[in-house]
Parts: sequence; structure tokens; C-alpha cells
Amino acid sequence: MAVNDQLGNVSYLGFQAALAGYIAALVCFGVEFASSRGAAPTAAEAVSMTLRAAGRGRTAVLDRGRDEKSAEPPNSGIGQIVKPPTSARRPMGPLFGRAGLIVTTIGFAAQVFSIVTRGIAAGRAPWGNMYEFTSMICAAAVAGFLFVLYKTRTRSIGFFVMIPVTILMFVGGTKLYTQVETLVPALHSYWLLIHVLAVSLSSGVLMVSGVASLMYLLRARYERKLKAEQAWVKEAGTPEVTARQPAPAAAGFVPQSVVADKSRLASLPSLATLDRVAYRTAIVAFPVYTFAVIAGALWAEVAWGRYWGWDPKETCAFVTWVFYAAYLHARATAGWRGTRSAWISVLGFVSVLFNLFVINIVVSGLHSYAGLN
Amino acid sequence: MVTRDATHLTGGLAPDRPEPAGGQPATPAGQGRIRGALAFLRNIWRQLTSMRTALVLLFLLALASLPGALLPQWSLNTSKTAQYIVDHGSWGRLLNTLGFFQVFASPWYAAIYLLLFTSLIGCLLPRTWDFVGQIRMKPVATPRNLSRMPHFESVSVAGDPAGVAQRINAGLRGWRRVERVEGPSVITVSAEKGFLREVGNLLFHFSLLGLLVAIAVGKLFGFEGSVIVNADDGASSAFCSSTPSNYDNFRPGLLVDGTDLTPFCVNIDKFAATYTSTGQASSFVASIRYQAGAALGTADWTSRALEVNDPLRVQGQRLYLLGHGYSPVFTVTYPDGQTQTGTQPFQPEDSSFTSQGAVKFLDPPGYLGNAVRGHQLAIVGIFAPSALIHGGIMTSEFPAANQPGVAIQIYRGDMGMETGRAQSIFSIDQNQVAIGQLVKLNRANLAPGESMSLDDGTKITFTGYKEWVSLQTSYDPAQGWALIFAITLLIGLMTSLIIKRRRVWFRITTAAPEGTAESGAVDHGPADEAVSVAASTVGRNGVVVGVTDDLVLYVTVEIGGLARTDQAGYGDEFGKLVGVVQGGPDGR
Ligand code: HEM
Repeated sequence: MAVNDQLGNVSYLGFQAALAGYIAALVCFGVEFASSRGAAPTAAEAVSMTLRAAGRGRTAVLDRGRDEKSAEPPNSGIGQIVKPPTSARRPMGPLFGRAGLIVTTIGFAAQVFSIVTRGIAAGRAPWGNMYEFTSMICAAAVAGFLFVLYKTRTRSIGFFVMIPVTILMFVGGTKLYTQVETLVPALHSYWLLIHVLAVSLSSGVLMVSGVASLMYLLRARYERKLKAEQAWVKEAGTPEVTARQPAPAAAGFVPQSVVADKSRLASLPSLATLDRVAYRTAIVAFPVYTFAVIAGALWAEVAWGRYWGWDPKETCAFVTWVFYAAYLHARATAGWRGTRSAWISVLGFVSVLFNLFVINIVVSGLHSYAGLN
Repeated sequence: MVTRDATHLTGGLAPDRPEPAGGQPATPAGQGRIRGALAFLRNIWRQLTSMRTALVLLFLLALASLPGALLPQWSLNTSKTAQYIVDHGSWGRLLNTLGFFQVFASPWYAAIYLLLFTSLIGCLLPRTWDFVGQIRMKPVATPRNLSRMPHFESVSVAGDPAGVAQRINAGLRGWRRVERVEGPSVITVSAEKGFLREVGNLLFHFSLLGLLVAIAVGKLFGFEGSVIVNADDGASSAFCSSTPSNYDNFRPGLLVDGTDLTPFCVNIDKFAATYTSTGQASSFVASIRYQAGAALGTADWTSRALEVNDPLRVQGQRLYLLGHGYSPVFTVTYPDGQTQTGTQPFQPEDSSFTSQGAVKFLDPPGYLGNAVRGHQLAIVGIFAPSALIHGGIMTSEFPAANQPGVAIQIYRGDMGMETGRAQSIFSIDQNQVAIGQLVKLNRANLAPGESMSLDDGTKITFTGYKEWVSLQTSYDPAQGWALIFAITLLIGLMTSLIIKRRRVWFRITTAAPEGTAESGAVDHGPADEAVSVAASTVGRNGVVVGVTDDLVLYVTVEIGGLARTDQAGYGDEFGKLVGVVQGGPDGR
């Protein structure tokens, strides 16, 4: 197995370019997000808020199939919090957002290039050690984000996805970086190709899911505040606030909200959107993750003499799997939809990261590949 | 029927259903207590099999597994676990008593998963019945007030009710559907899709059960045995798996007593490892010969290369190459000229295979009876495949045997083999040294061929080394089943997550006032409400309703949609269903 160091260095350049792109994207999305304070909620957001307010029924989150893509105003008869069209400074935000999207895409391309060249340089699947593996996860997460963006056009997710991605990329590129190496015999198996590919892709997509759930929790907290404010204002009997009345058709006069004005969280996507993003990404990633665990068991049968042995890595993978099973369950259990299931999803995401870093670095087991050497 | 069905659709399960409020007729006094007890049990059962309990148990399962990943476990690393307990004093002992170092064999862990699987069975059986019932049932009747559905649309189109119903039916290919006449000129179409989702879900959960059983069978009837064998062209006798005592370590399943193992024999001829220049291993291969079945005891051997990631599968058992190391060979020449040769696997201590161990010579020639015990010899020390002496300490700088060397210390006296204490093959009993029964003599660093002499004229020669491999035999009669259930589990999971359960209802009315009267005759209040909703919608859209001059008939179609889990994702598809009514190209 020839190792090509020069090409390996080229690959690392690609990695650094990707990291630079992602950092730039983080900044751009951040600026967009920060500048959107007090922005008007989109139609779907208003719907989502009212539906939550309307009662804590069996279906906490639900949207009437009206996408926020359509600019059409929410149905009358549904309370809404809308601000008059805002000042001329506003367009700065979307500009940065678009720039963020562009650098993300460039960074992603650089990363794919980096992964491919690394594979060629090593003459094997480029996911054989932690640096390579981290890179794969980040690539999968960014790909997942781009896809979600394509589907929902909610760029604010970008800011939140880029935070863990840049952190992981940074740690991967500095602390975990290794020159191109051949693999220990324990890893000479086509199962490496299958098992680790499935693990890293699903972990990356689960990262998007976990981030969406985190945003859901933030947004839910914000909406609770908003509701409290509404209740307070109503009690105080301020005449301007008529949130529960149908909005006047031409929006000549629109009630305002202090909370919505002050909080940047007002520009987060609606709960319905976040819930859907978290769920959709989870149901894509979960079967892949399940497959990865099964493939790992098949490999363990070939390499270690048993298909399951409660090695720390295996145990933690099992815990993660159970968390996601619980998440899917919770979404079908009365009283557990919404915030509670979002918490479980976040726990699942934490255990993915825990398994990747803490178990690999702190707790040693067979998976530390020290077994035979 | 309808109620149950509707609960199902919203994702709730039997236990989430509100209980009918004590509708039981009063019972005779004598039966009261039994009934009470039964009711109590039924209640517990209902609790146990509810979604909420399943969720909590899943949670507990995850939490309870965590110590298994974070704390050392007896089953994985005995010495590390023992050390941990010592290091943590009374905490360590308490955790040990509570089973935290063997989580997956602890009673509380078993309690959680047994409860979970009981809950699973209790949940699956009624669901299976329900499902079988549902297959035979027609799609549920159209609810009166469709505008309450999460997805609702009302359109008015040209055509007569029967014609429009036909068009809708044609556009619903692949849906289970039924057409009902609610009254003169009121036709409804109910349709549903995604039954496979429930099939997938049931398959998934049943596979979980199957998987658990397969794992349990493996734990009961399987075994693992490991042994270290020198690779020396058959100079050591072959290893045969006929009895547990042939293994260095044998871990039987609960129902395995080791009396009827299916034997096979292996000879390790050669072991070869290759390394990169940095000392990282790049390949391990053991050349073996084996025989099994009818060939046993004959001269008929099959040759094969045994590698990591490529076990030998023979007689339903698997033989693995798990580790390797070095066994130094020493020749002792006693003062009377007799020689003995000894070799013993040394344990690798680092990635460059600095190995430590002990070679014991228990039968010195020329002594009888108890005198033997006073003259046993032990060679204790380090073997380094690429020896480097630095500050008087020998370590290895490379894993391959480029420049083998040993740093040894000799002991003479009573090894203490009769004390009854278990002895490690890698070390001597330090107690015997402490009580003076085993005397420390001189020490030396030797290269192959070099010798050292003891005070009594005994000569010890480091003649060379062999390589050893550690082999493991595994037997699990149910692992094929575990694989099958894992596959069905995955198929069930994907089916259930990909396929969406959806319902759609169409109510076709001629929206003219007389329509109201007609349907009102059949079905009171609510139908009026539905029509009035429809009418207002039509009005808002500004569409002319009713029979026009050129005798084109318009009907109002209300469409309601409900999805089981993925409410939000139904939107696009629902839009297409609305398109069906309007008769777009193939329903779009
Ligand atoms: C042994 C532990 C269990 C695991 C690991 C597990 C796992 C899962 C997973 C991953 C899903 C989502 C995939 C799908 O919809 O098919 C699911 C769904 C479901 N499970 Fe379980 N489950 C377990 C036990 C149970 C129990 C005890 C019940 C009954 C109380 C149950 C009832 C359900 C139901 C009704 C759904 C469908 C939810 C929906 O419609 O989305 N499960 N389960």
C-alpha cells in the first residue's frame, strides 16, 4: 500500500480551505442572524405560535401545509404578531446570508476534494482514523444542512449547524491530525468501508437533527415568553394589543411585541419547521445508523470472535441507538411530543459526540485499535 | 370501531385511550374481591403496556447501560477492574456489590430489559389483532365536519356528483378506497394508504423480540475458549479442541458443561508479521494446518492461512487469530552435563513488543523427592525483539525481531507449585521469594547464543525465540438467527419510517340550496354545517355555483386529510389530491 505524502498534503490544504470556508460561513450566518432582531415572523411562524397557544392538545406541533415558502399571509382568524415593514438597513442581513451559503458551498466542495485526495493518497477508504472520520462527519453534516436548506429555505439553521461543524473541524485539523498512514491489520477489511462510512454519514446527519432540536428548544422557550407577554398585556388591558383578534386586512396598523422586538430568536424558523427538520433528518439517519451498528456487529464477528461484547464503543452506540428509538417513540406518545421529544433528540446527539470523542480518547477498548499491536 | 381507528391514526395506542368510566354492572359480593384483584392486575398490565411506560423503560435502558461504557467491566478487563476497585476504596467495593462492574449481567439491568420486552409483547399482540381487523375493514366513513381535519380544502368543479366521484376514484390509484352515498346527490369517497407502515412497524418490533431470543440462546449454549500456541512447524504438539482443559481459558455458556465439544485440531507452522518503517504493523498471517471430523487422528491435514479479519470456520465453530508475541527459548546445562530446554510465551508490554515473562524449570536432573523442590530454576525478565539498552534497562525499539535480546534474573529454590496458590505463567510467586524459599541469583543481558553461569556451574544459554499466537474458538449456535432478525429489523424499520399513513376523504355535494335540504333529510345538523362551510368557501372564491344557463352542473367537493405521524409532510401530497378533484393530468 503506497502512501503518497505529497498528495496527502494537498488533501490537507483542501481541509484547511474547507475549515476557512466554514468559519467564514459561520460569521456570515451569524451576522444575518444577529441583524434579524425583531424581524417579522413569517406566516408559518405565526401559525405555529398560535397553534401552540391554542391549546396543548395531542398534536402540539402542526402546520396546515402552508409553507413559509409561500409569502401569502396567514389566514385571517389566526392571531398573529406582525411588525410593519422594517427600516432600510435590513437588506444587509440576507446579503450576508447569501454570502454564507456561497462560502459554505465552496467549503463543502473543498472538503469533498480533501476527502477524495486523502483516499487516493492512502490507497484506501479515507475514514480510517479520527481525523479522517471527523472530516467525514462534518462533510455529512454540511451536506445535510445544504439539503435541508434547499428544502426549507431557513438559513438561520446554518448558523447553528456551523458552530459544531467548525469546532469539530478545528479539533480534527489540529489535535487529531495525522499524516497519511496505512492501517493496522485489524482494519484491513471491507467492513471498514461499510461500517465506518455508515457511521460517519449518519452521525453527520444526526448532527443536523440535534441542532434542529436545540433550535426547537430555544424557539419554544422564546414562544413561552411571548405568550407570557401576551397574557400580561391582555391582563393589563392595553388596547393596542389585539393578538387574538383577526388582523386588519391591510395591516395598516399592526400590534407589536416587546419580546419579539428584543429577541433575535424571533427570526428562528417556526416550531413546526424545526420539528419537521429534526424528524426528517432523524428518520433518514436512524436506519443508516442502525445499519451501521449491524455492520459493526458483523465485523466484530469476523474480527473479535463475537458479534456483540459490550465493548465501551459498542455500549455507547447502543445507548445512542436507544435514545433515538426513544425519540421516535416520544413523537408518537401523548404528552411527549414537542419539547420533551426535542430534549431526547438532543440527548441522542450528545451521545453521538460523546461516543466519538470521549470514548475514543479517554476510555480505551477494542475500538482503540490497540488490540493487536 | 371508528373510535379505535381514529385513535390509531393519531398515533395513540390502546393505553392512551381514555378508559370508559366504570361502566361495569354491579357484581355479586362474593366475586367482588376476585374481580377487584383482576381489575387491579388488568390496570397494572395496561400501565405496563402503555407507550409512556415503554418510553420510560427505553430511557432507563439507556441510562443503565452507561456505566457499562464508563466503568471498567469484569468481563472485558479483569485487572483494570480490580485496580479500579482498589483505587476507589469503599466506593469501589460498594459499586462492585451493586453490580456496576458487570452491568450487563446485573439483576437490575435484566429487570429493565425484561420489563421492556414484557411491555413489548403486551403491546404487540393487541396491535397485531387490531391490524388484522383493520385489513378487513373498509376505510372509515367520512367524518361529518371535514373542515376540522388538519388538511382541508373545498373546491367547486364542473360535473355531476357521480362523474366527479368516478374521477376521484380513478385518481386514487394505489389507495384503499370506498365510495358511499350519504343521500341523494351527496357522495363520499374515503381512502387510505400506507398499511405497509404498520406491517413494517410490527415486523420491526417482532424482530427485536427475535433478536433478544437469539442473543439469549447464544449465551446459554455458546462458548468461547482461548489458547496460546507457539508457531514452530509442529514442534509443539497440535492444539485440539476436544476438551475445555486444552484451553488456557474457557468461558462456557450457562448450559454448556464442556463434555460434548466437537473437536478439531490445529498446528501452527509459522507466524509472520510485517511492519512499516515506523513500527506500525501492516499484516499478520499464521500458516496453519487443521483437521476435523473424519480426518481427526489421521495424517490428513488441510493447510490454510489464518489472518486477522478472516477466521477459520470449522464444525460450526470459528477459530480466530487474536494476538501474537514472542517466546524466548533457554537451554539449561546442569553441572552433570544434562541439558533441558524451556520456552514460554512472554507477554507484550508495549507496541514495540518489549515483553516480560518467566521460564520455569521444575525438574532438575539428579535430585529426588523433596530435594527437587530446592533446586528448581526460574528465568524471569524481559525479551526485546529489537533490544536497546539504555541506562541499564532493556527495551525494544521495534516490534520485529531484528536484534533479539533478553535481560534476565535467575531464581533458584522452591517455586511453590505445591502451595495450592494459582500461579501466573508470566511470573513467579513473590511470596516464595519473600519467605526465602526462592533465592535471587545473578542477572545478565544476553543475545542469542550467549550464556551465563550460576555459582554451582549451571550454564544458561539464550538459544533463540519462537513466535506465539493467541487463538480463540467461538461457538454461538444462534448467531445466524441473530443476523436474520437484524435484517428483518432493518427492513421493518425502513418500511415503517418511509411509508406514511394517510387518509383522505372527499364529500361531493351539489351545492345548490336543494342539496342542503336533501342531505339534511338524511343527516341532520352537522351536514348543514359542512355545507355552509362549503358554501362560504365557494362564495369567497367567487365561483358561480349551481346550474347555469347552459346546463353545466357544478358540485362542491370538500376534501379532508389526516396523516398519522408526519402531519406536516402531508401538505404537498394533499395538494395533489386536491388536484385530482379538479381533474388535472393524471390527477395533478
Ligand atoms: C424493546 C424496546 C423498543 C424499541 C427499541 C422500540 C423502537 C421503536 C422505534 C425505533 C420506532 C420507530 C420506528 C417505527 O415507527 O417503526 C418505534 C415505533 C413504535 N413503537 Fe416501539 N420500541 C420498543 C418497544 C415498544 C413498546 C413496548 C411499545 C408499546 C407500548 C412500542 C410501540 C411502538 C409504536 C406504537 C410505534 C409507532 C409509532 C409511530 O407510529 O410512529 N414500542 N419503536
